[in-house]
Amino acid sequence: MASEGTYYVPEQSKLPIFASLGLFLTVFGAANWINGNDTGPVLFTCGSILFAYVLWVWFSTVISENMAGLNSAQLKRSYVWGMGWFIFSEVMFFAAFFGALWYVRNLALPWLGGEGAGAATNEFLWKGFEHTWPLMVTPDMAVNGEAARVTGPEQNMSFSTAGSLWTWLPFWNTVVLLTSSVTVHFAHTALKSAKRSAFNFWLGLTVGLGFLFLGLQAWEYVHAYNALGLTLDSGIYGTTFFMLTGFHGAHVTLGTIMLLIMFLRSVMKGHFKHDDCFGFESASWYWHFVDVVWVGLFIFVYILG
Amino acid sequence: MAHGPATGLSRWLFTTNHKDIGTLYLWFSFAMFMLGGVFALVVRAELFEPGLQIVDPEFFNQMTTMHGLIMVFGAVMPAFVGLANWMVPMMIGAPDMALPRMNNWSFWILPFAFAMLVSTLFMEGGGPNFGWTFYAPLSTTYAPPSVTFFIFAIHIMGASSIMGAINIIATILNMRAPGMTLMKMPLFVWTWLITAYLLIAVMPVLAGVVTMMLMDIHFGTSFFDAAGGGDPVLFQHIFWFFGHPEVYIMILPAFGIVSAIIPTFARKPLFGYASMVYATASIAFLSFIVWAHHMFTVGMPLAGELFFMYATMLIAVPTGVKVFNWVTTMFKGAMTFETPMLFSIAFVILFTIGGFSGLMLAIAPADFQYHDTYFVVAHFHYVLVPGAIFSITAAVYYWLPKWCGNMYNETMGKTHFWMAFVGLNLTFFPMHFVGLAGMPRRIPDYALQFADFNMIASCGAFLFGAAQVMFLFNVIATIRGGKKATAEVWENPEGLEWTVASPAPYHTFSVPPTVK
Repeated sequence: MASEGTYYVPEQSKLPIFASLGLFLTVFGAANWINGNDTGPVLFTCGSILFAYVLWVWFSTVISENMAGLNSAQLKRSYVWGMGWFIFSEVMFFAAFFGALWYVRNLALPWLGGEGAGAATNEFLWKGFEHTWPLMVTPDMAVNGEAARVTGPEQNMSFSTAGSLWTWLPFWNTVVLLTSSVTVHFAHTALKSAKRSAFNFWLGLTVGLGFLFLGLQAWEYVHAYNALGLTLDSGIYGTTFFMLTGFHGAHVTLGTIMLLIMFLRSVMKGHFKHDDCFGFESASWYWHFVDVVWVGLFIFVYILG
Repeated sequence: MAHGPATGLSRWLFTTNHKDIGTLYLWFSFAMFMLGGVFALVVRAELFEPGLQIVDPEFFNQMTTMHGLIMVFGAVMPAFVGLANWMVPMMIGAPDMALPRMNNWSFWILPFAFAMLVSTLFMEGGGPNFGWTFYAPLSTTYAPPSVTFFIFAIHIMGASSIMGAINIIATILNMRAPGMTLMKMPLFVWTWLITAYLLIAVMPVLAGVVTMMLMDIHFGTSFFDAAGGGDPVLFQHIFWFFGHPEVYIMILPAFGIVSAIIPTFARKPLFGYASMVYATASIAFLSFIVWAHHMFTVGMPLAGELFFMYATMLIAVPTGVKVFNWVTTMFKGAMTFETPMLFSIAFVILFTIGGFSGLMLAIAPADFQYHDTYFVVAHFHYVLVPGAIFSITAAVYYWLPKWCGNMYNETMGKTHFWMAFVGLNLTFFPMHFVGLAGMPRRIPDYALQFADFNMIASCGAFLFGAAQVMFLFNVIATIRGGKKATAEVWENPEGLEWTVASPAPYHTFSVPPTVK
């Protein structure tokens, strides 16, 4: 905790203002695009490119500052705290969606089905609706039949409908992702004992497993849309299924990109030393975090789904 | 590190200095305070007498909504972050914030975000009109098209808040001078540490709920749509899981500020320092398990009503500890009543009134009578205006001589205080009466029996607004000149910030001080 008195405070930086501009153009473009305005896609594309470029320069700057020896042990601790609390914020983001799933399954749907205080709701608004999970028949279908606006999926992803564990894709996805958490740990161990080639091997393998997972997820989504009639608008089951797995998939994508960059930094530039590897370590913490989220998904969305 | 500030506009655009960034936050916050204040005055002008006179109801709804959003996210939160930027590094003996570039990024997102939010007022269909709590389905099925821009504005404000909070936590945990143990930290630092934790815990939940809105509106999901098996009440649960800690985000730093000011002008050390720390932590913990007291009338099971009622009442215990400690600090003190102290004493008294009306609202069966009436408006304005706003004002008067090296005009400061004090009580006290008599909130017109009190409230609001113009004038005059302040500014105040010159040098504590 004691200050060393040599904390590096950069004098001035153009990065933040351009990062703000890039972020603004990205979301302003996205909003215009979603609202159907013609300028949307252009603004969004320009904003994203600017934002990505600024982040690239920003990370390059931080890396070269570290190489130049500007970063004291105390400054490195600031980065560690920063990454740790960022991951905590991500945990809370997922908590909102897991919480929504819990609320819908345990409270909202039973009440719509007439349990507890919901008797009148069921009787007067959604007569004939029965609470089941996975929700195949929406309240809208129960009341309006063929004329329903919101229809449920034809089939679902629950383990209860899977034939056997060994042919069940989510199980193999779990195997792939859990294995990748182990391989990234092996990479870390190798780096700690200064074994460069072993580090590159295990890290490369982790990146490969990340891409494999994403491929399998994409395959599952295509299958869900084409063969199972399970889409984003298939009532609350499709909503929670795609939003939870989708945000997880987006985070795996980000984590894979992070690890890929770390891999390329090691292979092409020889970055990271056994006692100085925060970039890799923070990416690996992020990877363990998306892995833990997957375990939650596997249990609550797939097995108990 | 030996350099002074850069010249011209680039100083503000590219700065990494915590004092510059603190200044940016504070001026931005004041601009938003004035804008949100103008929106409030539109509301009060319309409510001056019964009937529809000035604006049509559609625009009235946009004004109440934007007033709330601007004041919460644009005025109060950035003001506290600005104060944290200025004061936390100086209070703990750090050379700057832990992550100086990210610090500047956190700030510069805000002008973009609020430009986007305010621009919705000029879009087809108007701006957000569903109240600052944006309940579904008002904010989804029945929202104007500009809601998409509102959602993305909230997203990037949230990113700004999270980065700001991460920076403050990293600074406090990692940058303290040798000897500055946790239990020696000034209470403002403690309250901000806990506030930053709350921010990181709940801003992502807000991001989650606006994302669900976006998906429901544009991509066919059913989060808040019972036809597909969702539930509009789910929105309220997630929103208030964010929203209740959010109201403590807007008051905990205020507790820290008055805990610094009252000892200085009572000339006694703060009574019960350790209990203040534990009370702050207890309030933060409780803030996570009381959210549904905002939703007593929505149709929850009895067990839920009871749990949230009793948990809410528990908050009175640590809050009572704090009020007791402030009063006991003043007890038998050698008191003087400079402007910061006046605002702080008003804080203690008026915040306590707001706390008591909160206890009334916490009683679930009674809340069925008060819910969505002006009594609620009176309650939360009594905790936010003399709570958050008065404490920020007190902080500005207290530390302004340290920031710019000049003393403010005490007569004008006291005039500001009395105008604001009278104005706010005229505005918000009558709202208790009309609320208890049944006047609903968020309406542009009302029954005749509420006319007199509403007219008084509107007069008070304009008086309060005029007081803030005087505040602006006083601050600018102080920056431009005035009696030179000493390093200590006040009589023997406690804290490292008073050991450096006034104005504080551009870089302070490049070599950390040793704290005994």
